[in-house]
Amino acid sequence: MTGGLGVGVLQTAPPIGDWVALAPVLLLALTALALFVIDSVDPDDASGGGALAGTAAVGTLLALVAAIALLIAGIGQGQGGALRLYGGQLIVDGMALFFTVIFTSVATLVIVASYDYLRDRVYQAEYYVLMLLATTGMALMASSGSLATVFISLELASLPSYALVAFLKDNRGSVEAGIKYFLIGALSSAIFAYGISLVYGATGRLGLEAIARSLSGGTQLVGILGVGVLMVAGGFAFKTASVPFHFWAPEAYEGAPAPVSAFLSSASKAAGFVVAFRVFAVAFSPEAVVASVDWTLAFWLLAAVTMTLGNFAAATQDKVKRMLAYSSVGHAGYVLIGLAALNSGQNGLVLGASMIHLLVYGFMNTGAFLFVALAEYWEVGRTFEDYNGLGTQAPIACVAMTVFMFSLAGLPVGGGFMSKYFILVGAVGTGHFLLAALLLINSALSLYYYSRVVRSLWFEEPANSIGIEGYPLGLYAAVVGAAVVTFLLLPGIFLVSDAAISAASALFV
Amino acid sequence: MILELLIGLCLLGSVVLFVTPNRYAGRLAAGWSLLPLALSLLMYAGFSGQGNALLGGQLAYETTVQWVSLGPYTLNWHVGLDGISMPLIALSTVLTTAAILSAWTPIEERENQFYGLVLFLEAGLIGVFAVLDFFVWFVFWEAVLVPMYFLVAIWGGPRRKYAAIKFFVYTNVASLVMFIGFFTLVFGLGDSIASLDMPAIAQALRAGELGSLAGVGPGTLKTLAFAAMFAGFAVKVPIVPVHTWLPDAHVEAPTPVSVLLAGVLLKMGTYALLRFNFTMLPDVAQQYAAIIALFAVVSVIYGALLALAQQDLKRIVAYSSVSSMGYVILGLVAYTVYGVGGATFQMLSHGLISGLLFACVGVIYNTTHTRMVDDMSGMADRMPVTTSMFVAGSFAYMGLPLTSGFLGEYFVFLGTFHADFPGAAWFTAIAMFGIVIVAGYLLYAMQRTLFGPFSVKTAHADGGAMRTDGGEGSGSEAEHDIDRAAAHDIVPLAMLLALVIVLGVAPEISFGMIRDAVGPLVTAGGAG
Repeated sequence: MTGGLGVGVLQTAPPIGDWVALAPVLLLALTALALFVIDSVDPDDASGGGALAGTAAVGTLLALVAAIALLIAGIGQGQGGALRLYGGQLIVDGMALFFTVIFTSVATLVIVASYDYLRDRVYQAEYYVLMLLATTGMALMASSGSLATVFISLELASLPSYALVAFLKDNRGSVEAGIKYFLIGALSSAIFAYGISLVYGATGRLGLEAIARSLSGGTQLVGILGVGVLMVAGGFAFKTASVPFHFWAPEAYEGAPAPVSAFLSSASKAAGFVVAFRVFAVAFSPEAVVASVDWTLAFWLLAAVTMTLGNFAAATQDKVKRMLAYSSVGHAGYVLIGLAALNSGQNGLVLGASMIHLLVYGFMNTGAFLFVALAEYWEVGRTFEDYNGLGTQAPIACVAMTVFMFSLAGLPVGGGFMSKYFILVGAVGTGHFLLAALLLINSALSLYYYSRVVRSLWFEEPANSIGIEGYPLGLYAAVVGAAVVTFLLLPGIFLVSDAAISAASALFV
Repeated sequence: MILELLIGLCLLGSVVLFVTPNRYAGRLAAGWSLLPLALSLLMYAGFSGQGNALLGGQLAYETTVQWVSLGPYTLNWHVGLDGISMPLIALSTVLTTAAILSAWTPIEERENQFYGLVLFLEAGLIGVFAVLDFFVWFVFWEAVLVPMYFLVAIWGGPRRKYAAIKFFVYTNVASLVMFIGFFTLVFGLGDSIASLDMPAIAQALRAGELGSLAGVGPGTLKTLAFAAMFAGFAVKVPIVPVHTWLPDAHVEAPTPVSVLLAGVLLKMGTYALLRFNFTMLPDVAQQYAAIIALFAVVSVIYGALLALAQQDLKRIVAYSSVSSMGYVILGLVAYTVYGVGGATFQMLSHGLISGLLFACVGVIYNTTHTRMVDDMSGMADRMPVTTSMFVAGSFAYMGLPLTSGFLGEYFVFLGTFHADFPGAAWFTAIAMFGIVIVAGYLLYAMQRTLFGPFSVKTAHADGGAMRTDGGEGSGSEAEHDIDRAAAHDIVPLAMLLALVIVLGVAPEISFGMIRDAVGPLVTAGGAG
C-alpha cells in the first residue's frame, strides 16, 4: 500500500487504485464479515467476547491508521485533487478522510469499552457486527458523491443504529428508545427521500456536482427546489440531532446502552454533518443557489435555536446521561454555525472550524458517555447525586471525566477550548456577531451544568457508601485514552486544524 | 527552552504526584518543588534581559514558535522574561515550596491530589508570567482557576463550596469582560497586526495605529477597552468594590492555599494591569490617573478599616491584602520609575510577607483549631518560634525599615508623591495614613493572641470539616497539647522571613532588574 501512496503524491491523474483509496471503508466492511465468520465458527464463544471485541477493535484501528496514512500522504487533497470513483458516486478527499478518522476513532474507543460492558450478555457478535456496519455506513456517507449514495449509506448507518439502541432487549427503556428512534428515523428518512426526489425533479440530476452545474444557470422551479432543499435539511437535522428533529436524542441516548449512546452522539452526529457539509457546500453551493434558495438563513435560525434550546434543556436535567444528551444537541448548534456562516467569504475557515469541533467533540463526548458506561457498570445510579463521592473511589476515571466536562464547557483543559475559539473566530470574522454572542452565552451557561458533575464527583459526600466492584480494564483504557487525546488536542490542535481547513477549502473551487 | 523545561517540570510533577500513594505524597511534593525552585533561582542568577518585554526590550530565555495559524491572526508560543516577570516567577516557585511544606500538617486527606493540584497551579502561574502571546497567556490565565477551584472546594473549611463557586464565578466573569475589552483593541488595530503577540500589539497601540471600530473612534475605543480590562483585572487584584470574593475564598481555603492565593494569585491581577492597561494604553491611564488613584486609595483605607473590624486572624490578613494591593495600584498610576518600580517591588514584598503571615496563622491553627482573636492569648509561651516569626512578619507588613515591606511602600510613596497627575501628593498623604491603621490592627491582634496569660478556648464549633485533629487525642480541653510546632512547619516561615529581610537590606537584587524593565515604560509614558 505504501508503494502505491508514494506514487500517488507525484501524479495528478488517478494516482492509486480504487481499493487503496477506499481502504478504510473496505477494512471496516471486511471486519464486519470476519466477525460473522468468527461467530459461526465459535457460536458459544469460549473466550467470553474477547475474540470478537479484539477483532472488531483491530479492524477499526486498522481503518483509522489507513485513513490517517491517506491523509498524511495527501491523497485526494488540495484544490481539485479529489478522487472521483465509480463515475463520481464516491469521492475520496480531505474531508472524507478527516471524518473517517473521527468515525474510526470513536468506534475504536466504544468497542474497547464495550468488551467490559457486554461481558456475560448474549448476542455479542451481533452487537459488534452492527457497530462495524454502522461505521462502514458512516465512512461511506463521508465519501458520498451523489444523493443516491448519500441515501443508501445513510440507511446503512441508521438501520444498525436502531437495533443497537434496542440491544438490551429485556430492558423496557432500551426497547422503548429503540422503537422511538426507529419511528422518527423512518419518518425523517421518508422526508429526506422525498426531498431528494424534489431536487431531482428540479434539476434532473443526482450527482452533487451535477446538481451544482445545473443550478448555476438558475432554475425555473424555485418553489420545488426550495421545498426539496428544506426537506433534505430536515433529514440532516434528524441525523445530527438538531432542532426541530432533536427530540428523539434524549430518549434514545438515555435508553440505549451507554457505549451505544457514545457512538451515536459522537460518530453518528458527525456523519450527519459531513453529508450536510458536502451536500450544501457542493450541490446547493451558496453561489449557485443564493438567488433562488438562501438556505444559510435557515441554518442561522437552526443554529441559534438548537444551541440555546439544547443548553437550557440540559441545565434542567437531573440525570447525567440525559444532561449529556441535551448538551449534545447544544453542540450540534455550535457546529451548525459552520453552515450558517457560509457564503461570507471565509468558507474554508468557518467550515473547517466546525470540522475541528466535531473531531474534538468525538473524543470528549465519547469519553463522557463512556464514563457514564463505567458508572452503569458499577451500578451507582443515574442522577447527579448518585455520582457523589466517586472521586475518592476512582480518582483516575474521575480526572478523565473532569477533563471531558471542562473541555465540553470550553475551559482550557482540553481541545474544546480551541475548537470553540475557532468557531468564534469564524463567526466574528464573517460578521455573525449575534451567533458569536449566543455561542459565548451558551458556553457560559453550559459551565453551570457541566460543573455540577464535577462537583458531585469531587466535593459532595456520598449519601450511602458506594461499593465499586473492580476496575474494568477495557472501559478504563477507553476513558483514559479519550481524556489523554482530549487534553493533547489543546497544544496539538495545529496538527488537525490545517488539515481540516484545507479539506474544507477544497470543497469550494 | 529553559522556561518550557520549568513549566514541564511542574506539569510532570503534577501527574507523578497524582498517582503517588498518599503516605509519600507530601515528601515527594516538597522534594519535587525544589526542582523548579532551583531552576528558577539559576535563571534569576543568569538573567540577562534588558528593557521592557513589551516595548522592544531584550528578553531573557526567549522562545518563539508558531502554534496555530487560523483566520486572520497567527497564534504563537512566545515566552520570554524581563525584569518584571523574572522576580515574579521566582516568587511563584518560592511560595509553592513554602505552601507545600506548610501543608504537611493540615492536609490529611487525599494528599496526592492536593499536591498534584498545587504543582499544576504552579505551572499555570509560571505560564501567566512568562507567556507573551495573548491567546496562550489567556489559556494559562484561565487554567489557573481550575486547580484553585478544586483546592478551595475539596480541602476548604465548612463553607468551602460557596467560597469556591464565588471565586470561580467572579474571576471567570471578570476574564470574559477583560477578553472582550482586549479584543476590541485587536479588532480596532485591524491589519496592522498579524498575530496576538503582546509586544507587537503594545507597540502598535503606542504608535497610534488604532483605527475606529463599528463607527467608534480610536479615542473612545481606547477608553472603553481600558475600562473593560481594568474592571476585569480589578476583580483579580482585588480593588474595592469588587473584593468581596477574597475574604470568603481566604477564610475557607486551607492555609497553604491561602499562601498561594495571597502570595501569587493576586499578583496576576496587578501584573496584568501593568502589562495591559498601563503599558499598552498609557495615555488613557494618565488621563484618568486621578480616578484610578481614588480607587487605589479607597482600597488602601477601606481594606485596612475592614481588617480592623475582624476577629478572625485569617480575615485580618485577607483584608489587609486588599489594602496592600491598593498601594500597588497607586504606584502603577504614578508613572514614575519609583512608582511603577515600587509597585512591582511591593508585589514581591507583599507576596512574601502575606505568605509568611498566612503560614503563621496556619501553624497556630494546626494546634489550637481556632483562628479567633478572642479565643486565644499568650501563645508566645507555648510557641515561641512561631510567635517570633509572626511578630517579625507583622512588623514587615507595617513597614519596619530593613524589611522589604518598608522599601516597597517607601518606593511607592516616593514615586507617587512626585507624580504629575492632579492631587498626587494628596492621594499619597491619605494612602500613608493606611499604614497607621495597619499598625493598629496588627499590633492589636498580636497583643491579644500572642502575649498575656496563656489560654485557649479551642473550638470545634468552628468545625473545619476536612481537618479533624489526626487522632492525636487533642480534645477540646487539652490545652496542654498546645506545643511547639514541628520543624517542617517552621522551615517555610524561616525561608520567607529570610527573603523578606534580604530584600529589605539589599533591594538591588531585584529592584535593579525591575528598574531596568520599567524605565522604558515611564519614559515612553511621558512622565519623568
